[in-house]
Amino acid sequence: MKPANCVVFVATLRGICRLKVMSGRPTYFDEMFGHGTAARAPYADYSKWFADEDTARLLSKSEEAEALFRLIGVTFNVYGDPDATERLIPFDLVPRIIAAREWAKVAKGIEQRVRALNAFLHDIYHRQEIVRAGRLPAEMIARNDAFLPEMIGVSPPGDIYTHIVGTDLVRTGDDEFFVLEDNARTPSGVSYMLENRETMLHMFPELFSKIKVQSVGQYPRSLRKSLSACAPDACNGRPTIAVLTPGIHNSAYYEHAFLADQMSAELVEGHDLRVVDGRVAMRTTRGYKPIDVLYRRVDDEYLDPMNFNPDSVLGVPGIMDVYRAGGITIANAPGTGIADDKAIYSYMPDIVEFYTGEKAILQNVPTHRCSEPQALKYVLDNLADLVVKEVHGSGGYGMLVGPAASKKEIEDFRAKLEAAPGNYIAQPTLALSTVPILTDAGLAPRHVDLRPFVLVSPDRIDITPGGLTRVALTEGSLVVNSSQGGGTKDTWVLEE
Amino acid sequence: MLGKTAGGLFWMFRYLERAENTARMIDAGLRISLTRSSAAESEWTSILSSTGLSAAYSEIHGAPDGPKVIDFLLRDPNNPGSIMAGIEAARMNARVVRTALTREVWEAVNECYMVLKRLLAQQVQDRDLPRVLQVIRQRSAFVRGALHGTMVRNHIYNFARIGTFFERADNTARILDQKYYILLPSVRLVGSPSDNVQWDTILRATSTTRAYQTLHDGEVDPKAIAKFLILDGRLPRSLAFCYGKIGDNLGYLEQEYATRHTCQSLADALCSKFKAHDMNAIFDYGLHEFITDFLRDSAALGRQIEIDYRFIE
Repeated sequence: MKPANCVVFVATLRGICRLKVMSGRPTYFDEMFGHGTAARAPYADYSKWFADEDTARLLSKSEEAEALFRLIGVTFNVYGDPDATERLIPFDLVPRIIAAREWAKVAKGIEQRVRALNAFLHDIYHRQEIVRAGRLPAEMIARNDAFLPEMIGVSPPGDIYTHIVGTDLVRTGDDEFFVLEDNARTPSGVSYMLENRETMLHMFPELFSKIKVQSVGQYPRSLRKSLSACAPDACNGRPTIAVLTPGIHNSAYYEHAFLADQMSAELVEGHDLRVVDGRVAMRTTRGYKPIDVLYRRVDDEYLDPMNFNPDSVLGVPGIMDVYRAGGITIANAPGTGIADDKAIYSYMPDIVEFYTGEKAILQNVPTHRCSEPQALKYVLDNLADLVVKEVHGSGGYGMLVGPAASKKEIEDFRAKLEAAPGNYIAQPTLALSTVPILTDAGLAPRHVDLRPFVLVSPDRIDITPGGLTRVALTEGSLVVNSSQGGGTKDTWVLEE
Repeated sequence: MLGKTAGGLFWMFRYLERAENTARMIDAGLRISLTRSSAAESEWTSILSSTGLSAAYSEIHGAPDGPKVIDFLLRDPNNPGSIMAGIEAARMNARVVRTALTREVWEAVNECYMVLKRLLAQQVQDRDLPRVLQVIRQRSAFVRGALHGTMVRNHIYNFARIGTFFERADNTARILDQKYYILLPSVRLVGSPSDNVQWDTILRATSTTRAYQTLHDGEVDPKAIAKFLILDGRLPRSLAFCYGKIGDNLGYLEQEYATRHTCQSLADALCSKFKAHDMNAIFDYGLHEFITDFLRDSAALGRQIEIDYRFIE
């Protein structure tokens, strides 16, 4: 399958519309135009506005946005690239628009899924009922690197494991959303969601007075509230919150600083912290001060050199002992990786049903577990049509996109897959929806995904309307990761 | 506030102040080389000494030569003490303490960095030099302006100010240290035109020419210049002024933290030397010795501040 590559957009009195698709190949669902030629309902007002706009003016707005991002410092670091240590994620100024009704269903599905994830994590680190019930093979847990034995029997404050979740979704049709991944460790990108909105408000105030868009700006406050609600028993009074960053060279440092700033929390590194009197404390100008809730953006492995990787300088020696004794809340809890592991992913429909008693509202992408001989045979026979991913990989590295790969790439991958089938899962290539981006030649469809951000506390689950839309800027590309040429868009959920 | 953050603020503003002062010194050196080329080489030598970069320079370039010195001080990637390196270090510290800064202050320092990165990407042409030096001073002033206009007056502000005045006093003292011999009372008798130029350079390197002339009716007198730069509490670059501000800011920290630290006693001791207001006593003691003592004591103060407020473990 290849994307239709000759789409022409024209302006009409009522807005813009897609003139025709000059290719006989199967087309993708476009969120602005569907499979038709006129703008879909959620885009009606935007489309009218756009038709009156001058493309040259919009392109200059694009440059303005880029200058703004640079000034604010919304950058990410690229590892191993000495010439461009700070880069911008390209921002496209055509918003992705979702109707309130569409969003309501997605949000309900996410909430269900996140509840199930937390129940699953509690179960996995306690009685493992799901394994006893025969719904999940025991070796999926026992032989999984993401399973943290140190967490067995530990109950985090409020019984919350995944305080912050980023559920990656893709869309294939009017009413078809799939979950691609549950990011239950340290999902990133929320600062881009917030800065994208700020930028759009700054550049196109008139649009927001015409079109009523649900706000996202409350996220930092909600995050603070949500984390505060999970304070440990050891906390006296107003909880002290800190964000733990690996430091200014980390690719997401901007986001760590942004979130700490926005929720008035301290931004700490491992060397600012130590264990003092059974609490994790930060070195302030007035001495050591205990931290109640640590929003850590450091992976489990580096969290505690005494308990995990002894060479880590990013963590705090002894923090796991304080944690187990109830002296600090770590968000997300250590060991949550077992819930978003790609091997576990294929069991998510069962997991949702097991803990909620309901069918999953959001579908999984059908997944072949290459560890199973029959599935492996199918995958090997159909490599050219499948996406094959490493079970533990992330960032779009180490994966094969069959339809886009050369014969040689497929054969090279076949060898890797045969050598260690258990390391891989495979999925059909979905006909990912597109949303137009602004190019020099006007609008052009590009594939997108969506990462909504979810906050979990003992009394509520908070889902920010929309989330981060990532867009593959290269024509036809399905890889949206920022490290591989992806960009972002503002995501609008319309008010009722 | 984290100790690391306090240290980051202190250093961020030290680096900015240092870059600005280096720009002033280049300006003064340039002036001399344009008007009195015979004195230029010794002038560049003294400027390199003031910045503490003589050894680093001669290792790479040998004898001081105007264009090479200017490039070295402005942007040479091999010079960790260059203006560009200083601005980079200031921005790096600003990123570390980002949560303590207002958006305006962060953007001012980030823009300062972006503008200079572009201006100093290549060796600056002679004809562009005055403008580039002006931009450096201006960009640094923007950061200061954003700090004044947008930051809450609390401990965050105090550490930023202590860094600024600590560095500024240090720079003024280093310029005096290089030039003390032309400010000695005996020199007055010599009265050669070359000394006039030297005096002018001191004022220019501290951007105080106009201020001095206004306050002294245009009379250029070495003893008055020394007094002006050391004891005059009206001049924002004098040692007395800077130490008054350091004392004030340490006092605000004492109030906010309800704790008095050792560094305050050290700062008080330094302040009391200036409060004497007696230039004759300083000349009797020896101007050179006085400056040397000052540099030693201020270094000790810097170390003590670092310990008292836990900049590092």
